[in-house]
Amino acid sequence: MKIETGITTSRRRVLKGMAAGAGTIVAASVVPTRFAIGQQAKLKLGLMLPYSGTYAALGKNIDDALRLAINEKGGKLGGREVDYVTLDDESDPAKSADNANRLVTRDKVDFLIGTVSSGVQMGIDKVATDNDVMLIIPNAGVSAATRELCAPNIFRTSFSNWQPAYAMGVVAAAQGKKRAAVISWDYAAGKESNDAFSEAFAKGSGKTEQQLYLPFPQVEFQPLLTQIAAAKPELVYAFFAGGGAVKFVKDYAAAGLKASIPLVGPGFLTDGTLEAQGDAAQGMETTLHYADGLDNAKDKAFRAAFKKATTRDADVYAVQGYDSGQLLLAGLAAVKGDVGARKDLIAAMAKTEIDSPRGKFSLSKAHNPVQDIYLRRVQGLENRFVSVAVKALADPATGCKMA
Amino acid sequence: MSDAFIFFLIQLLNGVQYGLLLFLIASGLTLVFGIMGIINLAHGSFYMLGAYLAFWFAEATGSLGLAILIAVPIAILLGLALEVVVFRPLYGRDHLYQVLLTYGLILVMEETRSLIFGDDVHGVKVPSFLDFSVPLAGGLSYPTYRLAMSAICLALAGGMYFVIQRTRLGMIIRAGAANREMVQSLGIDVGLLFRVVFAVGVALAAFAGMIAAPAASVYPGMGNQVLIISFVVVVIGGIGSVKGAFLASLLVGLADTFGQVLAPQIAGMTVYVLMAAVLLWRPTGLFGHGT
Repeated sequence: MKIETGITTSRRRVLKGMAAGAGTIVAASVVPTRFAIGQQAKLKLGLMLPYSGTYAALGKNIDDALRLAINEKGGKLGGREVDYVTLDDESDPAKSADNANRLVTRDKVDFLIGTVSSGVQMGIDKVATDNDVMLIIPNAGVSAATRELCAPNIFRTSFSNWQPAYAMGVVAAAQGKKRAAVISWDYAAGKESNDAFSEAFAKGSGKTEQQLYLPFPQVEFQPLLTQIAAAKPELVYAFFAGGGAVKFVKDYAAAGLKASIPLVGPGFLTDGTLEAQGDAAQGMETTLHYADGLDNAKDKAFRAAFKKATTRDADVYAVQGYDSGQLLLAGLAAVKGDVGARKDLIAAMAKTEIDSPRGKFSLSKAHNPVQDIYLRRVQGLENRFVSVAVKALADPATGCKMA
Repeated sequence: MSDAFIFFLIQLLNGVQYGLLLFLIASGLTLVFGIMGIINLAHGSFYMLGAYLAFWFAEATGSLGLAILIAVPIAILLGLALEVVVFRPLYGRDHLYQVLLTYGLILVMEETRSLIFGDDVHGVKVPSFLDFSVPLAGGLSYPTYRLAMSAICLALAGGMYFVIQRTRLGMIIRAGAANREMVQSLGIDVGLLFRVVFAVGVALAAFAGMIAAPAASVYPGMGNQVLIISFVVVVIGGIGSVKGAFLASLLVGLADTFGQVLAPQIAGMTVYVLMAAVLLWRPTGLFGHGT
C-alpha cells in the first residue's frame, strides 16, 4: 500500500516540503490531521457511465475497479475523503451534454469520469472543455478526444480506436494478406477503427476492397454477410461490441464464412462475450492493450483483488477503471488533494507512469496511453496472449495542439 | 444463373426471413394496439422477457423446445395478471396514462432483469437437430435455424389468419378492432376479450423473444431495439390489422435488406422513408380503418 511511482514522490517533495515523508507513507493516514483546514470537503468524483443498457456490464466493471484502486490506498485521494456521484449515461448521445452538465453545475464534481460509448464521450468532452473540468476517459476510444479535441484537463486511460485497429492492420499485412473487407456500425468509433486498420494494412501493401456499414445499433447482419460472401476477401476486419459483437461473430460462423475467411478485429469483438459466442469465436485473433495470460505480477494481484471485491472476473474495462483510479491517486497525491493547484495536478498526472495490470504505460503529450498492443487468440473462454503485435504504440495525435 | 443473380436471390431470402421475424414481434403489438387502444411501450420488454426465460429454462432443462413449453404459459399468466392489476384501471383514461404506465413497465422489467440475470450477454444453444447450415452459392451457407424460424413465423401467421378470419373469437376481435362500442352494445363481454387479447399479445412478444434467442443472443436492452421497428410495422400495416402487419413486416424486411445493399449511406432511413411514403398514400396504413 504505497504510492508507487517515483515521479509522484519527487513531485511531492518539491511541492510540500519534507514533512509528508518520502512518499512511502500511506497518504491517507497522514493527511487528514495535517490538512484539517480548508481541505475537509470531500473530493467529488462524477462517474458518468452506462449503468443500464447494452454497456451496463462495462460501466459496472469500470466503476467497481476504480473504487477498488482507491480503496486499496485507504479510500482517499490526496488525503481527502471521496464522494462518488454516479449518473447513468444510458449510452445515449442525445442526453450526454445535459447529463455531464448536471454533474458539473449541480453536483459540482471535481472530476468527471466517463464514459464507455464514443458517441456519448463527445458530449462529455465538450462540457469538460467549456467548463474546464478535469476529465478522465476510462474507455471510449473516439480518436478526436486525444487529437483535435485534446486539452490539458482531458486524460484517457484506455486507448484510442486507432491503436488496436492499427496493430491489427500490421498483423494482417505481416500474415501476407492482400485483400480485406471491413465492417462495422455506421458511427464514429467504427469508422475510425476500420480506417486505422486499413491504414496499417495498406502500408503492408494490403488493400481494403470492401467497406460495409449498417445503422447503429441494428443487428440484422445477414445482408452484409451475403455481400462479404459475394466479394470473397482474404480477411474480414470487424468492429462491434457487446450484444452486437456476440451476434455478429455467431452469424458469421453460422453463415459458413469462418472456415474460408478469417474474421479479426479489435479485442472488443471477443471481450466479455465469449461465453455467449461459444464455438463461433474459437480460434479468432484480435488485438488489444490487454489479454488473458499476461505474465505479470501486477495483473495477477489485480485479478485476485477484483474477484474478491466483486465476485466477478476482471476484464479490460475493469483494468481501465482501475488505471483511472491509479491516475487519480497519483495526481491528487502530488497536490495533496488540492484540485485548485490545477497546473501541478495536470503535470503530475501527465508524467505518471502507470503500473497497470496490462503492463506499465506512460501517457503521450496528448494524454493518451503509449502502450503495447497484444495479439490474442480465443481459446475456451479466454483471449490468450499470443505476442506483442506492436510495442509502445502511440496514437499519432493528429491535430492535437499539445502534442 | 450468374453470380450476381444468385446473390440477389439470397438477399431476397434475407429480407423475407427478417420480415417474418418482424411479423412475429409486431403481431402482438398490433392486436393490443388496435383492439384495446393501448400504446404498449413495454412490448419490447416482453420480447426480452421471452428471450431471458428461454435462456433460463434452456440452461435448466437442456432443451429449447421444453423451455418454450414452460415459458409460454408463464408469459400468458403474466399478461393476464398485468391486464387485471395495472391496465384495467386505465382503460377510461387518456393515452398518456398508458404511455407512462408502459414506460414504467420497461424500467421495472429492465431492473428486474438486471437483478436476476445480471448485465451480461448470453447465448442460447440452437437445438442440435437444427444446428447445421445449408450451403448456398459462393461459400455462403444459410443456418438451418433461421429457416426454421421462418417456418415457425409462417405457421404462426397462418394460425393467426385462421383464428382471426375463420373463428367466432376472430370475428369478435375483428369487430372489436373496427368498432369497440358496437361490439359492447351487442352484448359481448369486452372485458374478457381485452384480457384474452392482451395475454395473447404478451405471449406473442415473449414467444418471438424465445424463438429469436438462439439467433439473436440475449442481452440487456434487446427489447428496446425491436420496439421502434415493431411500431413502424404496425403503423405501415394499419393499426389493428394482422394482415396489414404481415404485409408491412415483409415490406420493412425487404426495404431494410435492400437499403443496406443498394444504398448503405442511407440504410438507416430506408424503413422510415417507406413508412412516410405509405402514410402519404394511405394515412391509416395499408389495411387501417379510418377513425
